[in-house]
Amino acid sequence: MQHAATAGHIELPTSTGLNSRKLLMWLFLASDCLFFGPLITTYLIYRGRSPVGPYPHEVFDIPYTSVSAFVLLMSSLAMVLALAAIQRGDVRGLRIWLLATAGLGLVFLGGQFYEFNTFFHHDGLSLSKNIFGSSFFVLTGFHGAHVTIGVIWLLSLFAGSMRGMLHQGNSLNVEIAGLYWHFVDVVWIVIFTVVYLIPAPLPH
Amino acid sequence: MATIAAVLRRPTSPTGVWAWITTVDHKRIGVLYLVTAFTFFLIGGLEAMAMRTQLMRADNSVVSASVFSQLFTMHALTMIFLGVMPLSAAFFNFIVPLQIGARDVAFPRLNALSYWVFLFGGILLNLGWFTGGAADAGWFAYANLTERTYTPSHGMDFYVLGLLVLGVSSLAAALNFIITIINLRAPGMTLMRMPVFIWMTLVTSFLLVFAFPVITVGLFQLLFDRFFGTNFFNVAGGGDVIMWQHLFWVFGHPEVYILILPAMGIVSEVLPAFSRKPLFGYPFVVFSGVVIGFMGWGVWAHHMFTTGMGPVADAVFSVTTMLIAVPTGVKIFNWLGTLWGGSLDLKTPMLFALGFVFLFIIGGLSGVSHASPPADLQQQDTYYIVAHIHYVLFGGSIFGIFAGLYYWFPKMTNRLLDEGVGKLNFWLMFIGMNMAFAPMHWYGLQGMPRRIYTYPSGMGWDGWNLVSTIGGYILAVGILVFVYNVFSSLRRGRVAGDDPWDGRTLEWAIPSPPPHYNFAEIPVVHGRDAFWEQKYGAGHGEGAQTPMHRPVAGGSYEAHADIHMPSPSYWPIVVSFGLLLLALGVVYGLAPVMLLGLPFNVTSLLGVGIIFIGIYGWSIEPVA
Repeated sequence: MQHAATAGHIELPTSTGLNSRKLLMWLFLASDCLFFGPLITTYLIYRGRSPVGPYPHEVFDIPYTSVSAFVLLMSSLAMVLALAAIQRGDVRGLRIWLLATAGLGLVFLGGQFYEFNTFFHHDGLSLSKNIFGSSFFVLTGFHGAHVTIGVIWLLSLFAGSMRGMLHQGNSLNVEIAGLYWHFVDVVWIVIFTVVYLIPAPLPH
Repeated sequence: MATIAAVLRRPTSPTGVWAWITTVDHKRIGVLYLVTAFTFFLIGGLEAMAMRTQLMRADNSVVSASVFSQLFTMHALTMIFLGVMPLSAAFFNFIVPLQIGARDVAFPRLNALSYWVFLFGGILLNLGWFTGGAADAGWFAYANLTERTYTPSHGMDFYVLGLLVLGVSSLAAALNFIITIINLRAPGMTLMRMPVFIWMTLVTSFLLVFAFPVITVGLFQLLFDRFFGTNFFNVAGGGDVIMWQHLFWVFGHPEVYILILPAMGIVSEVLPAFSRKPLFGYPFVVFSGVVIGFMGWGVWAHHMFTTGMGPVADAVFSVTTMLIAVPTGVKIFNWLGTLWGGSLDLKTPMLFALGFVFLFIIGGLSGVSHASPPADLQQQDTYYIVAHIHYVLFGGSIFGIFAGLYYWFPKMTNRLLDEGVGKLNFWLMFIGMNMAFAPMHWYGLQGMPRRIYTYPSGMGWDGWNLVSTIGGYILAVGILVFVYNVFSSLRRGRVAGDDPWDGRTLEWAIPSPPPHYNFAEIPVVHGRDAFWEQKYGAGHGEGAQTPMHRPVAGGSYEAHADIHMPSPSYWPIVVSFGLLLLALGVVYGLAPVMLLGLPFNVTSLLGVGIIFIGIYGWSIEPVA
């Protein structure tokens, strides 16, 4: 909720010395873990239970998804560089790396869109086709929604920086967006490992 | 920038409707929560009265089977999500900043958002009544009864969307209160000096933060099943109906503690104040609350003994369930220890707190009896379960909340609720509640199933059902007496002053009702029961002495225009309204527009647009 806050936001001293908005993001992310947890669990329980195909091993293209996973991981590097830039007051560097982060995020989303499209039109896997499709699309779809929100957030920060609203003194705005972005990345590492890399049992 | 600033000018009027709609003051939001939640509580009560009237005698036909199903579903949902939880939230809002010596919560606008999302979510949940039938699959809505095939009505859709929206409200509020308590304490108020009510708010908020995402996943899966033909709970498609039960109860059992811990916090404030003693064994009460918070995650499957989980799971959940009774028992003994040797003042808040202890012991004991799987197999889905939950949720939560209402009403309004009417209120509720719910133990164990809309004569249930119904009516009269007490006391009640109960905590150090900035000077805390210590000095915990000096905690309460408080904001209600439209669009997603291969519709898109505009307005509106 605490979006790219206004320049000159007054930060009062706190009991712990920790910034309240940063703490809010950490707590929200902890809560979000409990959102992805059941989604991943559902997938793991359901993936070998489809009475009809297509089955996971028939549709996954591991090399392709590895590339898009790599792209998303690199976006985290760009995010780190964006924060480092604004923390030393380099607004130009911030703009470049924010755009790079958002751009890599968009490439990942494009890759996911292409992948969903292939599964749907080529392999005939849809939300309602079987339980594998249901749990796969809902899990990765919610992750994609998180990435989308992140991209919008990053582009908003970029727009704010173009209007001179971000500077060394309020780099926290970038840091909090970064926390969210890194979290979404980490979740993808888990999803990529347990959904794509660990082979699913064949249906009995 | 200048033009944008002009468009985003923040509202300024201190009174009138707009002042309430745009308020970010935790005390006003607390009052909004209180009035709204109490209204929903009355609606839930009417639903209960309709059911009790139907069950008054055998083969009755006041309501149909279909309406009865809607009544018991909506009664539970209303009481849990729109009654007890937001009534607790009302106290969180009004009392937490006052007790920790803060001027507001950490995120005042987020706090306003929580309220408006709660209000719209509550309306959404109830919309089914006006659109062909409310939700009717029970409050835990077991799959696959909830699939479109078996429950085609919109009531179930409103169940899904309503609870999702209410989840947003609970999550936002819980995050806000955790950070408020962690970060906004007055100097010197260490964690172990916090009032127990603050501790219980903290534990409850953590439970909310971690429990709601789990039910959110279950609700989304149900939503996808109903709207997009997925197979999560569709057995033919490979889905598993037990999956829903696990997701629901992993949320649902911590939810039980979300409902009871705030009441335990209130009682832990009221008992010492009216025993004129500090709380006995403060660290034990605090840590047993924390332990309940942790252990609450390991007991969910005791709701599922009849699903055939196997002996290992049954044994594990049986043991954890019995164990969680231990910290609860610790609390009870500490409350009794607080009473022991105190100079008890049996004013109405104290009566309700004592009623809480008495009734919660009964509810707790019947709860332990469900922990044994063989016993539970006999009790499952009988009125014995109904008896148990009403002893813990009505005898527990609601009595605790009423203790809080009588205790803090003077702080909120500067008027005391009338004592005579209050005692009548208490005794009507106490007698009514025991008449209504105690017999349910007997006819439950005699085999009367819950959720049946009628029963034949000659099962041995007739007489006790009549007693329950009469008790229910007495209870209802008790609630009406309370409503009368509020209205008459607001007009003619005795003026309370700052500290009518000779209180122990910081909220009593400031004027009633508190000024919008709460504390003229932020107090410095030197011990537990901070205000008591200010009045009577350290080391004089027991018994009443003459005040050494009148407190100076607040400093002077003349005009304090110099204290800067956050300005009101339009954006919380804008974002909430967008969320309402988004949810409505999902239910009435007729003629969807295809976008990225997914069906969207104009209403939902409009809702998303409003949410976005709201968040942008929120983030760039001027700080002043």
